[in-house]
Amino acid sequence: MKGEKFSILNVLSYLILILWAISTISPFLWVINNSFKTTSEILLNSLSFPKELSFRNYQQLGNYGNINMFKGFFNSFIISGSVVLLVLFISSLASFVLSRFDFRINKTFNSFATLAMLVPTFSIVIPALILVRKLGISGSYLSLILPQTALNLPFAILVLSSFMITLPKELEESALIDGANFLTILFKIILPLSIPGIVTVAIFVFLWSYNDLFMSMILIPIREKQPICVLLSLVSSIYGTNYGAMMSALVITIIPVLILYISLQEFVIKGLTAGAIKG
Amino acid sequence: MFSQTKKYVLIFLIPSLILISTFVYYPLFSTIFYSFYNWRDFSNFRKFIGLGNYERLIKDVAVHKAIINTFIMLITVILFQVGFALILALMVHYLQKGYKFFRTVYFFPVTISGTAIGLMFYLAYGYEYGFLNSILTFFGKDKIIWITENSALFMVLIPIIWQYVGFYFVIFLAALSKIPQDFYDSALIDGASKIYSAVYISIPLIWDVIAVSLSLAIVGTFKVFDIVYVITGGGPMNASQVLGTYLHSVAFTGQNQGYGSAIGTLIIFLGLLLSVITNKFLKRDRITY
Repeated sequence: MKGEKFSILNVLSYLILILWAISTISPFLWVINNSFKTTSEILLNSLSFPKELSFRNYQQLGNYGNINMFKGFFNSFIISGSVVLLVLFISSLASFVLSRFDFRINKTFNSFATLAMLVPTFSIVIPALILVRKLGISGSYLSLILPQTALNLPFAILVLSSFMITLPKELEESALIDGANFLTILFKIILPLSIPGIVTVAIFVFLWSYNDLFMSMILIPIREKQPICVLLSLVSSIYGTNYGAMMSALVITIIPVLILYISLQEFVIKGLTAGAIKG
Repeated sequence: MFSQTKKYVLIFLIPSLILISTFVYYPLFSTIFYSFYNWRDFSNFRKFIGLGNYERLIKDVAVHKAIINTFIMLITVILFQVGFALILALMVHYLQKGYKFFRTVYFFPVTISGTAIGLMFYLAYGYEYGFLNSILTFFGKDKIIWITENSALFMVLIPIIWQYVGFYFVIFLAALSKIPQDFYDSALIDGASKIYSAVYISIPLIWDVIAVSLSLAIVGTFKVFDIVYVITGGGPMNASQVLGTYLHSVAFTGQNQGYGSAIGTLIIFLGLLLSVITNKFLKRDRITY
């Protein structure tokens, strides 16, 4: 918009916008800064810069009490990685049917999936715990992977099928005439064209799974198999007054997400706005 | 479209059907079923007690506190999270500068886990070393104990609201950028101020996006757990209790799964009820342009 450059309204707007930006970044900078300081240095003045760049806090994270943050990392990548792959595979099968065919059952299936999205995890966790025991997978990675996959499927199907529906129909019709079967059409034609949608789904599912605390801490009670988020929630009680170690635990938990966000930001924002604005 | 005879492609739906039924719908109905039982310690024995758990639910002070807290959260989230995000988005929209910078910075906390955000604020509230008290000391003021029975709810609300402002900011900014420039130009010729055109042009034109955001925010307040669990655990004396943290302490710390299931059922019904109410209130004719 054109107009007066230095109006009070403009100055005030900039001031508020910048203050909010500072409020968003400063807690993270405070934590990163303190993660390089000893606890006594933090207690002395938590706003000062570290006297020397020490990685001592980070070295402790391998074993502190019964918490191994690096093992937590490993567990998180196994669990969240499997959830992402499973969700992508299963949801692309379903999205293919929903977007490229018009069976009468599609509508019913759509409401079945959409309603499942409204179910809060609080309302399923107790029976889910019993269920994984009955299935004999209690305490294994699978006991968290399967429920998380199921909980993320509806979202993935919704996003992927609305992406696939925009692809031209002629593509697969000619392939079908050439005698290709549905699996070939899906994997050779539809999926390669759906990569932007797939990337968006993968990012959101990964973030959801990596950041989940409630389901993770209940379904995996065994310390050695818990993902990093669960371990981080225990840090404040187990690390006692070792604030330096807490800060470094916080930093390494955030790092993978930070990298993902910085490198794939456009996908995150596009996926979000497309979903919300379409309704 | 393919010929309808090739129905065998329907087997592609089966894996999704099985997983969602087994791990979402079956546990959901089981929770409702278990809520009519006296069931503790995950034992194999449970006794049907009809509405017993619900009678206790109605009288439970912690449940009252959790519901009141959830409603306080609902109102503050609508005003300060969605409302503030809208103001920020309108500012960036009118300034037309720093679009990408503010978007990147504001959205960042959304991607971080509630656990990490919670721990970060837990540390920031610390007495000896915390961020807030360090700032107070810097300005020569006395240190404050930040989390007390009176302040606990407020102190957990700050990170809850703070984290998601960027989420709605991004949504509003994208919606605002879709409004054609002519609308503003003609308003400008008529002598309308920026605030006037924000209230009478921008907001009505993105109303359906605002409505979606409000219902997302309302549904979201019933999912709050991590931040409260890490900062206060619902205490002190239930002061910052929400339904999620109370369910966790009843069913897993207190080992009463029957009563926990009744709380789980309450969460479903409150969530559904509020979704229906918000949809009714926010429905307006969509302005097409």
